Amino acid sequence: VRTMKNPDHVLSDPEVLRGLVDEITSLANRVGRPVAFMEVCGTHTHAVAAAGLRRMLPTTVRLISGPGCPVCVTPVTYLDRALALAELPDITLASFGDLMRVPSSTVTLEEARARGRRIEIVYSPRDAVNLARKNPDRRIVFLAVGFETTAPTIAAALAEAEADRVENFLILPGNKIMPPPMAALSADPDLNIAGYLLPGHVAVISGWESFRFLAEEHGLAGAVVGFAPADVLRGVADLLRQTVEGRCEIANLYGRVVDGTGNTTARTLIERFFEPATTEWRGFGPIDGSGLGLRPEWRHRDAERIPVELPDPVEPVGCRCGEVLRGVVDPPECPLFDAGCTPDAPVGACMVSAEGSCAAWYRHDRYGEVV
Amino acid sequence: MTRPTILMGHGSGGRLTTELIRTAFLPHLDNPFLAVLSDAAVLPELPPGRPALSTDAFVVDPPEFPGGDVGRLAVCGTVNDVAMAGARPLWLTLAVIIEEGTPTEFVERCARSAATAAEEAGVQVVAGDTKVVAKGAGDAVFAISAGLGVVPPGRDVGDHRLESGDVLVCSGPIGDHGATIMAARHGLDSDTLTSDAAPVNHAVEALFEAGIEVRSLHDPTRGGLKSVTNEVADRSGLRIVLDEAAIPIRPQVRAVCDLLGLDPLGLACEGRFLSWVPAEAADSTVRVLAETAPGAAPAAIGRMEARPSGGAPVVLRTRTGGLRPLDLLSGTDLPRIC
Repeated sequence: VRTMKNPDHVLSDPEVLRGLVDEITSLANRVGRPVAFMEVCGTHTHAVAAAGLRRMLPTTVRLISGPGCPVCVTPVTYLDRALALAELPDITLASFGDLMRVPSSTVTLEEARARGRRIEIVYSPRDAVNLARKNPDRRIVFLAVGFETTAPTIAAALAEAEADRVENFLILPGNKIMPPPMAALSADPDLNIAGYLLPGHVAVISGWESFRFLAEEHGLAGAVVGFAPADVLRGVADLLRQTVEGRCEIANLYGRVVDGTGNTTARTLIERFFEPATTEWRGFGPIDGSGLGLRPEWRHRDAERIPVELPDPVEPVGCRCGEVLRGVVDPPECPLFDAGCTPDAPVGACMVSAEGSCAAWYRHDRYGEVV
Repeated sequence: MTRPTILMGHGSGGRLTTELIRTAFLPHLDNPFLAVLSDAAVLPELPPGRPALSTDAFVVDPPEFPGGDVGRLAVCGTVNDVAMAGARPLWLTLAVIIEEGTPTEFVERCARSAATAAEEAGVQVVAGDTKVVAKGAGDAVFAISAGLGVVPPGRDVGDHRLESGDVLVCSGPIGDHGATIMAARHGLDSDTLTSDAAPVNHAVEALFEAGIEVRSLHDPTRGGLKSVTNEVADRSGLRIVLDEAAIPIRPQVRAVCDLLGLDPLGLACEGRFLSWVPAEAADSTVRVLAETAPGAAPAAIGRMEARPSGGAPVVLRTRTGGLRPLDLLSGTDLPRIC
């Protein structure tokens, strides 16, 4: 979900931002030691990089990218299954563009398409329903990935297909929800962060209260923030202030669109079609209740039930995506970073999407302080 | 009699081919060099100077869009490439590859818009070719053009002339063409979004006529401002520092980019160009372009600087006052999931 108009005026006004940076600098001095915060959402990673925010922060304040980049956490096995489905003569895959270059055990979707497999890029799941209407003799399998933010649109597409009896529209369930991996991360002794910049878009759907467990059960500070530069900096300032004052709470700094309980209409729609499922995260392995599986009554739309032969999953050798996603290492600490793994020829998923930590680092931070 | 759709026979070299050329192309692109329909156009002697020759292929999807079509693009693209060498474009060739089943009326429309663009640019299409490929082997109309022009004596334009301190002036708002194409592909209707496809050769001439010392010229076509600045910085060994707040981008282009997850700095333009001029000539360059360049709203958007060792070739000073490298695209700019 993106807004049509950039809330440019105030939220990226250089004066306002300078004020926030000054505030952050003085708070960081009061903290008196290096401190790291994790921005969970890939759109934040992208926003931080695009506005050049990292270089505006004091050197003692680090932002670490978390597991909120949908393509980065999509496991090899999901792509292997998608590619196996594409081998069936009557199946066309419909995919968000980001997934096209993600490595699998064999080829990427982009390479498979070049070899004649039927794979279409769509912007919205409903485009895939239209594709199904236009091609009644083919089964259209939509690759359903993403978080709480894309799940309602996928549910809406399923509802449309049900209402209009578009029988040849299926999905390959791969949707994930954020709280379970964040619980796993927060319990990880290797993780050394003082708080989270929480995903504003997810909170629009799930409500900011869905993140309270981070403070209550894990003693970590959190700030739900929007995506303009000032939003992010306000979040950093809030987390620093909590650190200085020894508090840990979930602050909602995105009140213009986020409330405590979220969008119940969207959640009802999700619950009509999906139920919690154990799903695999690249870098984390399987996490209970972290995925959205289709409810049994919609099994006729579930492409995971189509029998296919799968290759043995092959993870790229040397790739440290998993540790990057958990914030344990920075991208340059991976031996493949800029040495065999680049955005032009990604080995790991984090190098694919513009919001992947490795790709963002490669594009924006590989020159270090020289810029 | 003209048939409503293109058949394989239209590419046979027989009667249908002649009919297509005579009815769809010649009425629009008429000039004495083309009209004889011989194997090669024999042209008058070139004016003094160094000849500049360029060629380009156009495979745009969709082939017709608000503000133009593949015919207009084929002329503007090549005219502008020739003009970027500091040359005055004179003559073009135009070949089209038509997919079987394309409405003949569309082919004619492309020929007509190619002719209009050629007239705007003051060039003549002096040779051409038509081929037909089977349904599915093409996409309506592909066009390939070549252009010949002359760099007048005494003019030297190119990246070898760039110096630290030179200012980069953009002739108008960027990304209109790319945003229009992406919006059309994704069914986003907008009354205010049109391609910027236009010949820029007159605006280039106006800079020289005003006595401005133009050091280098480039048009940000495929890959947009990102690609062209990275290429220039690579060739010159200097770095380019762009000022994000100064880069003219229309709100409707920004809106499409926000919706589709694209970067306006990577979108193609087909009627804009970048001029590198000495710092003291920046204001007069903006003034001349404001009166002569298509799209209006020219702006100085950056400057050349010595590149620190190990530094990025192109650096963007963001609206927020941060600095970041401006990297090239990897493959196509794929829309993001959320």
